[in-house]
Amino acid sequence: MSMDATTTSTASGTPMPTEWRDFFTLTKPRVMTLVIFTAICGVLAAPGSIHPVLGFTAILAISMGAGGSAVLNMWWEADIDAGMKRTMNRPLPGGRMRREDARDFGIFLSAVSVALMGVAIGWLAAALLALAIVYYAVIYTMWLKPRTPQNIVIGGGAGAFPPMIGWIAVTGEVTAMPILLFAIIFFWTPPHFWALALFVQSDYAKVGIPMLPVVAGEKPTRRQIWWYTLGLTPIAIAPWAIGGTSWIYGMTAVTLSALFMWLAWPVGQRMRAEVDTMLPEKKLFKFSIYYLFALFAALVLDRVAAYQGWIA
Amino acid sequence: MTPEEQAEFTRRRKARNYVVAGTLLFFVVLFYAITIVRMGD
Repeated sequence: MSMDATTTSTASGTPMPTEWRDFFTLTKPRVMTLVIFTAICGVLAAPGSIHPVLGFTAILAISMGAGGSAVLNMWWEADIDAGMKRTMNRPLPGGRMRREDARDFGIFLSAVSVALMGVAIGWLAAALLALAIVYYAVIYTMWLKPRTPQNIVIGGGAGAFPPMIGWIAVTGEVTAMPILLFAIIFFWTPPHFWALALFVQSDYAKVGIPMLPVVAGEKPTRRQIWWYTLGLTPIAIAPWAIGGTSWIYGMTAVTLSALFMWLAWPVGQRMRAEVDTMLPEKKLFKFSIYYLFALFAALVLDRVAAYQGWIA
Repeated sequence: MTPEEQAEFTRRRKARNYVVAGTLLFFVVLFYAITIVRMGD
């Protein structure tokens, strides 16, 4: 990113500096809240201790990495974004920023995040962060998203990295627990997103992105929502089953997963009526957000209680 | 450039300079803290 990053936005065609807020918008701050939350949970739930300054740095590095890959995603998809109502006012399709500035900013943020993680925390966590960035920006955004209707499943993998990296930043080793945290978000993403895709009209078809409900149709999408929910349940309960957590997490996971299945079942079975409020799909989508936050909060509560000696 | 455009130009550049300065300052403090913590390990 050149320091005189400009875009021609005045009526007379005079170059005007890009607003700093537009650079911030490129990092997808709303997506970042979930990244930060799950990364914090990974750091807090991991066994062992980390100095608060280093814990903060690990979460900062993960957030910067997520931001950097989001910027690269927006850079690559500027033309796609320009064709959709929801995204046409983003900084690049809106003409408020030069493309090369977005690309350079994304590379810069990504590189700094990995270097920060490596220097301050360790190179295993840094390597995983680099992998997560490449996975999202290259494998997902550039390669598979425009090619397969399973793009949401693949994209879910990118969102699944933060708690795993947070955990490994503390422990310095890859064990079953961080892999399970990864798997929980990986399996949670398809029912979460496809429930939304069923009741929100999107322009993806117009811009040539093969989303499952559009390409395969409603029925297969509903069936896959159910199967991923069913797959999610044992994975969500597994941390307790393998002895990685106590009953606090275990009971929460069992209850929440039962509710998730209870809400996903009608979504998986029914078909849209001619006049349809899509209530089951809306309920499932809303619940899926609470599900993930509550599950990770329960994990942190469980582990903190165990490390403090409040429970056996 | 009209006077309005000139004012807008200056405002944007100034705002961005403040953000860059703040970010740099933040990282100076952060790296100082990281160094102190790591030296104590």
